[in-house]
Amino acid sequence: MTTHTSPPAETGAGALRLEMRGIRKVYPSVVANDGVNLAVRPGEIHAVLGENGAGKSTLMKIIYGVTAPTEGEMRWEGQPVAVASPAHARGLGIGMVFQHFSLFETLNVTQNVALALPGAPDLKALARKIEEVSSRYGLPVDPRRMVHALSVGERQRVEIIRCLLQNPRLLIMDEPTSVLTPQAVRKLFETLRQLAAEGCSILYISHKLDEIQALCHTATVLRAGKVTGTCIPADETPASMARLMIGKELPVCEHGTPSGAGEVRLRLAGLSHACDDPFGTDLKDIHLDVRSGEIVGIAGVSGNGQQELLYAISGEEPLAEKYPVQICGVEAGRMTPDQRRSAGMGFVPEERLGRGAVPRMSLAENALLTAHASNDMLRHGMVNFAAVEKFSDACIRQYNVKCGGTVAEAKSLSGGNLQKYIMGREIMQAPRVLVVSQPTWGVDVGAAAFIRQSLIDLRNRGTAILVISEELDELFEVSDRIAVIAKGRLSPSKPTAETSVEEIGVWMSGMWPGAEATGEVRHVA
Amino acid sequence: MEANLFTSMLFATVVAGTPLLIVGLGLLVSEKSGVLNLGAEGMMAMGAIAGFAVAHETGSSWLGVLAGMGAGMAMAAVFGFLVLTLLANQVASGLALAIFGVGLSAFVGKPYESVTLAAVPAIRLPFLADIPVIGPALYNQQALVYLSWALMWGIVWFLYRSRGGLVLRAVGEAPSAAHAIGYPVIRIRYLATLFGGAMAGVGGAFLSVFYTPLWVEGMVAGRGWIALALVVFATWRPLRVMVGAYLFGGVMIAQLFVQGSGMEINMPSQMLSSLPYWATIVVLVMISRNATTIRLNSPVSLGQPYRADV
Repeated sequence: MTTHTSPPAETGAGALRLEMRGIRKVYPSVVANDGVNLAVRPGEIHAVLGENGAGKSTLMKIIYGVTAPTEGEMRWEGQPVAVASPAHARGLGIGMVFQHFSLFETLNVTQNVALALPGAPDLKALARKIEEVSSRYGLPVDPRRMVHALSVGERQRVEIIRCLLQNPRLLIMDEPTSVLTPQAVRKLFETLRQLAAEGCSILYISHKLDEIQALCHTATVLRAGKVTGTCIPADETPASMARLMIGKELPVCEHGTPSGAGEVRLRLAGLSHACDDPFGTDLKDIHLDVRSGEIVGIAGVSGNGQQELLYAISGEEPLAEKYPVQICGVEAGRMTPDQRRSAGMGFVPEERLGRGAVPRMSLAENALLTAHASNDMLRHGMVNFAAVEKFSDACIRQYNVKCGGTVAEAKSLSGGNLQKYIMGREIMQAPRVLVVSQPTWGVDVGAAAFIRQSLIDLRNRGTAILVISEELDELFEVSDRIAVIAKGRLSPSKPTAETSVEEIGVWMSGMWPGAEATGEVRHVA
Repeated sequence: MEANLFTSMLFATVVAGTPLLIVGLGLLVSEKSGVLNLGAEGMMAMGAIAGFAVAHETGSSWLGVLAGMGAGMAMAAVFGFLVLTLLANQVASGLALAIFGVGLSAFVGKPYESVTLAAVPAIRLPFLADIPVIGPALYNQQALVYLSWALMWGIVWFLYRSRGGLVLRAVGEAPSAAHAIGYPVIRIRYLATLFGGAMAGVGGAFLSVFYTPLWVEGMVAGRGWIALALVVFATWRPLRVMVGAYLFGGVMIAQLFVQGSGMEINMPSQMLSSLPYWATIVVLVMISRNATTIRLNSPVSLGQPYRADV
């Protein structure tokens, strides 16, 4: 991430590859883009920086023809165009790699690529072409494999290859690095630089300031649907870009010194579990102690057993034996989630809508679902609505949740606000053990800092916290100890102060000291 | 005598299984695109009466089949408008379509109640029909029986070999992803739904024009529901739909034979009559319970309305 090529020389306004002028997009309840201007030159890597809900995705959808702007003009290589559909965009030479991949799991790589190409390509010839492109750009992938069997990083490569086969002149990358190891990120950046050097423009959407500084020539910053500035990232500091992005200083977490770990609150004693889902990961002999007053982080590339681990700990997937999961000394392996909550555990699953909250229920009802044992919410088997209301209202105020009150449906909240609410709901129940998966996934910087601070405060009050996350920066920020999960096995843990992103990155590909050197690990690059 | 009995039972099995096969294949294509049309029973009933009426009026059984196909498609078009354009709930709309079709067919079929048609002669395939025992059973059948086999292989080819099939499966698996890479999800689902309706109509017409051949109210007798179940328990795979259809037909014929033979068995006749239903489902569940095959073959978006993001 150290090499930095200078942006291509300015060659006059006529040479712009893409120009957006005065783009405005109005949705029934919100103005997503308001007078947005954007100019991208050939061969330029242009960052679009902004928090969640700043209007980045809407702008990209307009460029890619998924949705039409209410007002404004788009110029492609100097000519005004109205992109009618993604197919039209691809015809113009615009490719997009989506944040949530648009791949079909039950098809193989070649078929997935074929679907995005015009006409009816010969699959055998196409497979050869895929191999060619993949070796040329350092994106190794086997065209015959089924997509469901690929790791997230491999899927991303398939998406990129799919775009490259259409010889794009503009490639849109939507938050591409959230699923990669640090080493894989560096490789991706090499590929992108190579592409840019060949004349392809790249629109790089992200909220990660260090990545933008390492990769991008220019940046356009959006806040609340408006452009708040354009800059050359290399000349800025993360703090100055953050100011443009969130309108104030980047919040920092007060970590404080660990209170000195207390008694073991959560013990995983040889947790093994075969996964029912044929595409899932089996957990193998996991040992871990989480003590009162400490935060233990589990890193790993997604799809290496994080989800299965959370389900095994939370009780969503009950185990065959009692001893592998121990909550505050109680063998809980066969308990239901509700019994585990009674034993003192709280959990925040990764999936906010559907697991963390019921999308169509109000916030108050969602509070009742997990917090019913506390705060007098149930009386003689009847719901005490006043208490539910009070709890929910307190949660909204304390955790600064922007919403339409306790009656708002969970799905009407933005990701960050709903996550704050869910975190608040769990923390307010004062759990003795809290297990959190991806606490700030898809959450904007301000909310993420707030959530991390809440976790640290909770630790300081003596709760044992286990954080499973794919964001290394986050784990290094909040954890006292870090372990890595790879292919369903857990590495030994190491105090955060004694390790580095580099070391954990190596561990993420399954290679920690003493790891069994067996089989291929689902790693990236 | 034994061989003769086997031949005639095999013959009857194929005849009994054919409407299920045709309807099941149509539903399979529709469901692969993500559209769950529970109205098969109603579409079959409308196909049966339309086919019968036209065959009776014109004297042409083929015009009857075409009319049945048209009636099934018309029903499917109504369903498609409700669930694809108006985004109505597919389950509720499908149930309504089933009830509506059965009722409407009884109403328009009043003048034809218990009228019969001349039996359509079978087509004997030269040489093949001379194979001992199975020849006369399999190769001395109605043209529609042969066509149903062609249909099955055609669908296997379409789904797994052609680009159109690839697109159809993609739409059924992840409609928003298919939209994002530029496929007209709603139009593809309309086409699949119409195909499903057409096949349900043909299946109905087969019953009233070739199988019985007469019109009686309620003559579809739950076959639409069985075809729906077959597709699910066959995990959306055409060959297994055929296995299920003939299995159902075979057990149906066998239990009818047992009931008719005066054989001494200590079982209520209702139990025997229910045999084909549960035997088929048990067998299909047994052969299709592998979690990986289910996950690989079931259309993920089945029954979920899709609206393009604008």
